[in-house]
Amino acid sequence: MHELSIAQSLLEIVLEESRKHGMTKVRVIRLQVGELAAVVPDSLLFCFEMISENTAACGAIIEIETVPVVARCSQCQLLFQVENHVFVCPECQVPVMELVSGRDLSVMSVEGEREESDGAH
Amino acid sequence: MEHIEVPVVRNILQANERLAASNRRRFQEAGIFVINLMSSPGAGKTSLLEKTIDGLAGQLRMAVIEGDIQSSHDAERIRTKGIQAVQINTEGGCHLDANMIQIAAESLDLENLDVLIIENVGNLVCPAEFDLGEHDKVMILSVTEGDDKPLKYPLMFQLSSVLVINKVDLLPYIDCDVQVIRERTRQLNGNQEIFEVSCRSGVGMDSWLEWLKKRAQRVKDQLSRRGEA
Repeated sequence: MHELSIAQSLLEIVLEESRKHGMTKVRVIRLQVGELAAVVPDSLLFCFEMISENTAACGAIIEIETVPVVARCSQCQLLFQVENHVFVCPECQVPVMELVSGRDLSVMSVEGEREESDGAH
Repeated sequence: MEHIEVPVVRNILQANERLAASNRRRFQEAGIFVINLMSSPGAGKTSLLEKTIDGLAGQLRMAVIEGDIQSSHDAERIRTKGIQAVQINTEGGCHLDANMIQIAAESLDLENLDVLIIENVGNLVCPAEFDLGEHDKVMILSVTEGDDKPLKYPLMFQLSSVLVINKVDLLPYIDCDVQVIRERTRQLNGNQEIFEVSCRSGVGMDSWLEWLKKRAQRVKDQLSRRGEA
């Protein structure tokens, strides 16, 4: 359900970036979503489709790259991929709190068309 | 027409996170300890609040922000205790966000406050994703919900610094093993404080209140240290 508020923030960012770069039509939006982020991709896509109607981002394809959960052990500094939600260092067996990735929810790039400008760049 | 791709790299929740950071600064400057209280509907958030208010009466000045989809029933329950309570109705929204807290905080007398408890909308998923500017996320799991919940809602358990296991007086009548809850949450969050309580009978409330007082004191100490520096 909170995918709607996430879709709204996403649309704001996409429209702001496309305006900044003179884009008239957004074709592809690339996202990174962490495995631990409480986001249901289908629900996010549905909400985005609904609210982006009549904007430059209408009909844009959203590509989602899933980011694995990676944590760092505070004792031995080991970086390890967290599997099955076990936040325990595989070397020292101590609980690990520092997340390096996994809660990501970011727009990585926006692809689309812009009017050719007069002067060649 | 020219086809272009522009790199963006922006956090989608950045607007919320900026507001949360500003709320946190404001609470910190006023020396107020803030809790974001989360659970599923009916786990006992308002009951824990009522017991906490009674338990800290005369010791700490408290206020409550009540988040609900509809009605001001909970805020009224809290107001009968004689403390400040603001109701936020999300009108269908499944969580509170930092902007709602900023607005609600306007109507509180922050200068005369030690502890602010924000009661989030009953839901084990969405509220975990939104920082409100709190010091600690505290979650309640009632034993009637079952010991499998840490497996199903890992983010909330992973982020909460405290887990209150409520309704332990019902344990003899149901198939829920508190040791299993402890084992499963330890894997998600080995530093989590766990309190086993029954809001109904009052058992276990003392250690929860002690923890709360200690944390509130820490926020005050940080403030006075900054004042001296």
